[in-house]
Amino acid sequence: MNIFDMFKKKNSGSVAKDRLKLLLVSDRANCSPEIMEQIKNDIINVIKKYMEIDCEGLDIQITQTDSEAENGSVPALIANIPIKEVKH
Amino acid sequence: MSEVIVVTSGKGGVGKTTTTANVGTGLAKLNKKVVLIDTDIGLRNLDLVLGLENRIVYNLVDVVEGNCRAKQAMIKDKRYSNLYLLPSAQTRDKSSVTPEQMLSLIEELREEFDYIILDCPAGIEQGFQNAIVGADRALLVTTPEVSAIRDADRIIGLLEACETKKRCDLIVNRIRMDMVKKGEMMTIDDVQDILAIDLIGAVPDDENIVISTNQGEPLVGTDSLAGQAYMNICKRIVGEDVPLLDLSGKKGVFSKLSEIFKKN
Repeated sequence: MNIFDMFKKKNSGSVAKDRLKLLLVSDRANCSPEIMEQIKNDIINVIKKYMEIDCEGLDIQITQTDSEAENGSVPALIANIPIKEVKH
Repeated sequence: MSEVIVVTSGKGGVGKTTTTANVGTGLAKLNKKVVLIDTDIGLRNLDLVLGLENRIVYNLVDVVEGNCRAKQAMIKDKRYSNLYLLPSAQTRDKSSVTPEQMLSLIEELREEFDYIILDCPAGIEQGFQNAIVGADRALLVTTPEVSAIRDADRIIGLLEACETKKRCDLIVNRIRMDMVKKGEMMTIDDVQDILAIDLIGAVPDDENIVISTNQGEPLVGTDSLAGQAYMNICKRIVGEDVPLLDLSGKKGVFSKLSEIFKKN
């Protein structure tokens, strides 16, 4: 990171674009917060069988990721699951 | 062959009615026979923007209820002999017309007109359904603001879910190039990138729009930037290949000089 970047404020135009891109992905996926919560709980239950995880630190969201097949990005479900200990 | 075009946006106040008036008038100027239908029942406005508010006798609800024939309700614009307006009812509500009634009215009008342009109400309720049901294609109007773009994206989803496939083109309205240059407004490319549909035109935020609406005379085809932008949209609708207008409002040396002289 350039040292000058720290002092430079991001232009509101690109802030708007970034916010919208994220929002529209979840709008289009039609995922309500309740459904997201259910998905989260189901994932916890599956992973718990194999390893001990930090349920509080678990974070899942629908976002966009670069696609290799198409020239563009595709929606993706990203889950960040901190592992406490792997069961043997 | 006639084409039925719905002008829609989702969000209110982004310029649907102004766009309908200008695109309709522009197509009439290109010698097409055009009828504009105001489908915003209860909130009639297209007549006012066109300057035809004093000539209304019958309205859309009268036609679908059979109180009069479509011919009797349509107002012929005195300035453009092939431009007609079918005004909305002011004292009724959206449920006064059903999608089936709209469909049969449109089929009847197809016989006579080259272009049937429907001014859609804001929102996604029955008025919206009435307006899109008979349309072959849609002009989606948005401004470079987050709320308008989010609503536009929702409309794209609803149009895609329609039984009959509709072509959907984007109009980015009220662009302010001074703000875009500073990075404080999304660019036309940004908006198109987010919504991922074809762009048919971009219209600058132009004070001449306010003036022309005040006077009830659409500015399409005039020298103003917005007037040129609207005329370009009309030409693209009829199939001409027109390059995008430079909206930066850069002026040549001569027009700058003449402005200086005007001031003195």
